[in-house]
Amino acid sequence: MGKVIVVTSGKGGVGKTTSTAALGAALAQNGEKVVVVDFDVGLRNLDLVMGAERRVVYDLVNVIQGEAKLTQALIRDKRVETLYLLPASQTRDKDNLTPEGVEKVITALRNAFDWVICDSPAGIERGATLAMRHADVAIVVTNPEVSSVRDSDRIIGMLDSKTLKAENGEQMEKHLLLTRYDPARAERGDMLKVDDVLEILSIPLLGIIPESMDVLRASNVGAPVTLADGRSAPAMAYFDAARRLKGEILPVTIPGEKRGFFGKIFGRKAA
Amino acid sequence: MNLFRLFSRSQSAPAARERLQVLLAHERASAGDSDLVTKLRDEILLAIAKHMQIDSEKVSVKLERGLQVSTLVVDVEIPFDAARKAA
Repeated sequence: MGKVIVVTSGKGGVGKTTSTAALGAALAQNGEKVVVVDFDVGLRNLDLVMGAERRVVYDLVNVIQGEAKLTQALIRDKRVETLYLLPASQTRDKDNLTPEGVEKVITALRNAFDWVICDSPAGIERGATLAMRHADVAIVVTNPEVSSVRDSDRIIGMLDSKTLKAENGEQMEKHLLLTRYDPARAERGDMLKVDDVLEILSIPLLGIIPESMDVLRASNVGAPVTLADGRSAPAMAYFDAARRLKGEILPVTIPGEKRGFFGKIFGRKAA
Repeated sequence: MNLFRLFSRSQSAPAARERLQVLLAHERASAGDSDLVTKLRDEILLAIAKHMQIDSEKVSVKLERGLQVSTLVVDVEIPFDAARKAA
């Protein structure tokens, strides 16, 4: 039986899809059998970030409506053979996602994979609630910025009330993934620090992904950042986060802490 | 002068942190629709409306949510003839 993870945030553009792809790939690169599922019906993008946009034949809605078998809709990654993608529909709307249909698909995936990673759409409507409904673990993607933190707080409230786990009186396991973090700006006092966000949201930290050009570069070429450049700072942060998901205890380091000559002088004075 | 500004410019992150703490304290409390201040605002306006026609331009409601204390200021302008009509 695999684990079902939802990658969620409330706010759009914080890095849910990037993180879904990168964590999914990182786990698969370590031999785990992984499927990443796009729940953003109508605005799919996980296919593009994974570089599989030209291979989509069937999608999640086709499977739910019985127009295709699950095995027909799954797309196997060309680089990592234990990594699969279940794309969302681009033409249908989110009303085609039924709770029963989603449950059937998730159950089937859970039986076939070690990890089922669901990429939630932004917002708090049907698509988002269905993506989180069957999760065992939630990854809350947050930027160190006021609107993102506020929306994450809202989503944490929903994870604790609107999911199957919550309804059964169980505790949903939640992790914070802080993305687009800029240590220099935080040090200068112009960006919320890791500890500020942790204190406000009070859920455990899964990882800190630094703001980096490598993330955009990876999505440009259609590769999860852990595959595009495994030695880049964001890739290494995602690899560590994936190991923590598997239960390893690793100290969380703030990436890119190294400062140059200028940083040493000015960074310290301003701090 | 420029260099001086670089160092003297105040940090913005502490403001972000404080604003979030106040806001989320209220949003968490009102998640179960129990925001007392909002309820009070609605009921006070309703009570006033019973006795006079409220001109929405003449009513100012100010709400200040703090971490420890919130204040609700309702400022209603009562025209002379409205008061007489009610009497």
